[in-house]
Amino acid sequence: MKTTPSALRARAEAKAAHFPPLLARAEQLAGAVLLGEHGRRRAGLGDDFWQYRPMQPGDSRRMVDWRRSARSDAQFVRQKEWQIAQSVQIWVDQAASMRFSSASDTPEKADRARILALSLAILLIRGGERVGLTGDTLPPRRGEVQIDRLATALSSDHPDDYAIPDSRGLLPHARALFVSDFLGHIDGVTAALTKAADRGITGVLFQILDPGEEAFPYQGRTIFHSVGGTLAHETLKAGDLRNRYLDRLAARKDTLTNLARATGWRYHCHHTGDSAQSALLWLYRALDGDAG
Amino acid sequence: MTLGPIAFTTPWLLGVLIALPLLWLLLRAIPPAPIKRIFPAVVLLLGLRDDDSISDRTPWWLLLLRMLAVAALIIGLAGPVLNPAERRAPSTDPLLIVMDASWASARNWDDRLAMLDSILAEAGRNARPVALSRLTQPEVPQFQSAADWRKRLAGLNPAAWTPTDAMMQGFAGMLPTDNRFETLWMSDGLAHEGRDTLLRSLESHGAVSVVQALTPVVALEPMRFADGTVQITVRRDQTATPQDITVQAHGRDPTGTIRVLAELPLTFPSGADAIEGNLTLQAELRGRLTSATIKGHDSAGAVALTDDSLRRREVALISGRENREGLELLSPLHYLRQALAPNADLLEGQIEEVLPANPDAVVLADIATLSPTEEKALSEWIDKGGLLLRFAGPRLAASEISRRDEHPLMPVRLRVGGRSVGGAMSWGAPKSLAPFDKDSPFFGLPVPVDVRVTAQVMAQPDPTLASRVIATLSDGTPMVTRKRIGLGQVVLFHVTANAEWSSLPLSGLYMSMLERLSVATAITTPSIEEMAGTVWQPLRILDGFGTLVQGDDLPGVSGEELSQAPLGPTLLPGLYASDDRQIARNTLRPGDALTTAVWPTRIPQIGFTTAKETQLGGWLLALALGLITLDILASLVLTGRLTAPRAASAAGCLITLLMLPTDGQTNDVRAVDATAEVTLAHVLTGNKLIDDTARAGLFGLSETLFFRTSVEPSEPMSINLETDELAFFPLLYWPITLDQQRPSEAAYDKLNRYLRGGGMILFDTRDGDIAGFGASSPNGRKLQQLAAPLDIPALEPVPGDHVLTRTFYLLREFPGRHSGRDVWVEAAPPDAEKIEGMPFRNLNDNVTPVIIGGNDWAAAWAMDRRGQPIFPVGRGLGGERQRELAYRFGVNLVMHVLTGNYKSDQVHVPALLERLGQ
Repeated sequence: MKTTPSALRARAEAKAAHFPPLLARAEQLAGAVLLGEHGRRRAGLGDDFWQYRPMQPGDSRRMVDWRRSARSDAQFVRQKEWQIAQSVQIWVDQAASMRFSSASDTPEKADRARILALSLAILLIRGGERVGLTGDTLPPRRGEVQIDRLATALSSDHPDDYAIPDSRGLLPHARALFVSDFLGHIDGVTAALTKAADRGITGVLFQILDPGEEAFPYQGRTIFHSVGGTLAHETLKAGDLRNRYLDRLAARKDTLTNLARATGWRYHCHHTGDSAQSALLWLYRALDGDAG
Repeated sequence: MTLGPIAFTTPWLLGVLIALPLLWLLLRAIPPAPIKRIFPAVVLLLGLRDDDSISDRTPWWLLLLRMLAVAALIIGLAGPVLNPAERRAPSTDPLLIVMDASWASARNWDDRLAMLDSILAEAGRNARPVALSRLTQPEVPQFQSAADWRKRLAGLNPAAWTPTDAMMQGFAGMLPTDNRFETLWMSDGLAHEGRDTLLRSLESHGAVSVVQALTPVVALEPMRFADGTVQITVRRDQTATPQDITVQAHGRDPTGTIRVLAELPLTFPSGADAIEGNLTLQAELRGRLTSATIKGHDSAGAVALTDDSLRRREVALISGRENREGLELLSPLHYLRQALAPNADLLEGQIEEVLPANPDAVVLADIATLSPTEEKALSEWIDKGGLLLRFAGPRLAASEISRRDEHPLMPVRLRVGGRSVGGAMSWGAPKSLAPFDKDSPFFGLPVPVDVRVTAQVMAQPDPTLASRVIATLSDGTPMVTRKRIGLGQVVLFHVTANAEWSSLPLSGLYMSMLERLSVATAITTPSIEEMAGTVWQPLRILDGFGTLVQGDDLPGVSGEELSQAPLGPTLLPGLYASDDRQIARNTLRPGDALTTAVWPTRIPQIGFTTAKETQLGGWLLALALGLITLDILASLVLTGRLTAPRAASAAGCLITLLMLPTDGQTNDVRAVDATAEVTLAHVLTGNKLIDDTARAGLFGLSETLFFRTSVEPSEPMSINLETDELAFFPLLYWPITLDQQRPSEAAYDKLNRYLRGGGMILFDTRDGDIAGFGASSPNGRKLQQLAAPLDIPALEPVPGDHVLTRTFYLLREFPGRHSGRDVWVEAAPPDAEKIEGMPFRNLNDNVTPVIIGGNDWAAAWAMDRRGQPIFPVGRGLGGERQRELAYRFGVNLVMHVLTGNYKSDQVHVPALLERLGQ
């Protein structure tokens, strides 16, 4: 790869070009869901000051904030904002198989996966959670800066055809989200899920499929090959394969469902042809509900 | 190889048809090519086997389609020909091509050249030496290779004459005596003298065949003028069938351009070799006539040139006394009319009406006084060569005209009363005419003894009288006097134009005298005796195709030759001039008959029209192409490549292409809408909000104008600078936006034309609240970029006395939604100054081409359909006042555009009236 300043700049600009829209779209999506939800903005255990309130019957005297109460006649209790140190770790499939879209008006699977993951991260971070990626690249942290870091990390492509979930660096008892088409070898998913379950992690398997992969609308003599070109299959009558393909796809989904049930995870299948907002809502509830 | 009426040029190609069954098997065995698809879920497909292990075969109907396509291709390439031409056995003898090459062969000269070309091509293939000779320009035949002759074909032209006996015999003498050759005679279709002799000498050298067209030769005889019409005679050589032709009369229009003045359709009945037609033309048009042609026949014979013989004199007859009905014989003009009508065109009417027709002579019968304007017009006309002929009469005798001083339009002074002789109450006998003097124009005319003069006006004796008298009575009193004025003359007959005062109008002498005065001269073709010894210079010459070319560089011809010699290289048909006379020598002379050439039966004749061969190859190849297109579509469907959305988009493209031509129609409708009423327009910026505001603003302004002024604009229009015509709009409103696209060069050209043509553009930067005019605001900079290529004059802020401030309302400022100060218009010229203390300077006459401001006027004017303002302006009553002022500015603006400096002049009216002292 050339590293002349102009080439570097061109590449950097190309990279940066889809980063702000990704963040902006993710924030827009997150904003639509956030309405009506006030996160954890209520009194509870935490470090930050929340409010003084008059002492009520039932409050123990230890809870009285004497410094505040000394300035007036009444007694006040100092409350702190409820904070939970919940960590959510996300893994988004960046492999080549995700960069597929069967029609011009549906987004690529990778695009939908990134948007959903980033939007969810925004929601969670604004809700006070710590969000990071699995593996050792980006451990869970709080704050707006983390959103930028996540967006950067999610904007890189992986050259392999299929990827298996990265289960390294999973924090015990944290939450996890695996977003992928789960078309790669099922053993990798099984191994990752088992390892996570061993550490007491619960989470969500979020499968994203293209409508074309769900319907298989192909006819005639066809050579199917993967996005990276490593796998290929030739058929003389693609139409005849349809039913058997759909059977296999259903079997794969069943496997994933069973796997999730066995490990206490939740499984959901999303199609890129459907609305991203409902998917985000489902994801948020799935993770938030578990937390609550 | 021939199959019925079909032959093949390369029959061996048909052998490839045997391979078709092989192709069938081959195509059947090969499955259609696979489509490559990216499919991530291919993982799930791995290991799946096709149910049917036999490959997907091409369906039989698709195979049949392909077979047909290939078969059509093979047969098409084999060159099938319907009605093939018979090919003669090639000969290797030298070939002599003899062409008549006269004007009669010009009608199908291209066909002749095409045929010659193919004959030469064939001769070239057979390596025959060829010689080509034209009988109209006989030369010694030069046998050369056919390729040399083919190069020279384009330079061959038909001559404007026909081969004569002498030319034929001359050519016969030039023929080489020793060798044999075959002869091909391309006849022009007309019989020519001396042809048989030449034919015999050609036959002594070898076979002779003749090419002769079957279409008739048509030619025009020279036009004649008789009985008030132009007589046209058309001749033809073949009389078998009826034939329609159209004769066109050409002449100069008032601007000097040659145009078709009249058309005369004629039909030859079958059996007729000549047909006559009468072309009735007004004298004016007849005077302009230069030639007549037969429409669609380009040959020298189909052109008839005109010369002087068609020209007739125009005489205007004017009499003062309106006669009572029934007294025809007492009319002063009756005898004149009778005498002149056969040879001249008569104009009757008032002097002002007839003089513009520029008559050759004006006759005033017993008219004494003329109005000053009439006198002036007549004097000018006489100066330029007119002849004024006056007759005496009771009124002239009774008037005071030319009594003391000689009247400019009278040749002599007159004595009071005149005299009458030989009456019941007078002495003496009626006088007769004296013989004419030698100097008189009437010299030599026999004087009839029975002409008697009973009354006359008398000339006052005068030193100049003797030189002016051209006819006297027997007692020596002047009878006819003449005075020259400029190039023209005034002639006074001292008697009446009717038989009241004398019997002169009843005699033949009257007619002769008028002729001598060249009032009634009929211009005739000069006789042969007159032509002797004269030399005529060619003016314009006809070529073989009947085209007129300048003949200035040709030598003159003698009169005898011109009138008698046959046409030839030294005497071309055309227009010849000598002094001020012109003679046309036409290809055909009166009475020349056209006869078809009849050849002896032993000579084979070839016509131009042979059974037309039809090449079928092209059609078959087109069929193959169509089948292959079908095959492509079918294959796409079969392999699943032609999906519904793709088919829909392709069909959409096709339909869009087909719909495109209707654009012109909608443009026309737009143009009609834009021009039916005054229409305001704005430039589309591409920003929908701004465009909608501009449109609503112009709608509001239009409504305001409609209610308050006599300007009643129709619905405003949006203008796309690239595609729409600007010329229809008096005013363009152009809001400036930052993201506006820069117009193309063509659009700028259009804008500059619009500005130069009196259009006005109102630029609005819409930022009057935040920036003054100039480069300080982003919109201002954008405006500078946009307007840089425009042809905009120097600008200045609107001066207090600019006409814009008072075209309808008196305004001091021009607020819109904002009330920025600066509005810029075209600067007054440096020498403009206040006139007489009036607050108006002599501002330039034109409307300022641009007005530039930033007050967002459209937003202030904007009005919805119910007349409610769309945007708020200012606050409270002050805001409403500002909106009102904005409307007033709009009204003033449109008034300024529509009236120009009229309003500015209006203000000057009091000053002007004061200057006039009223």
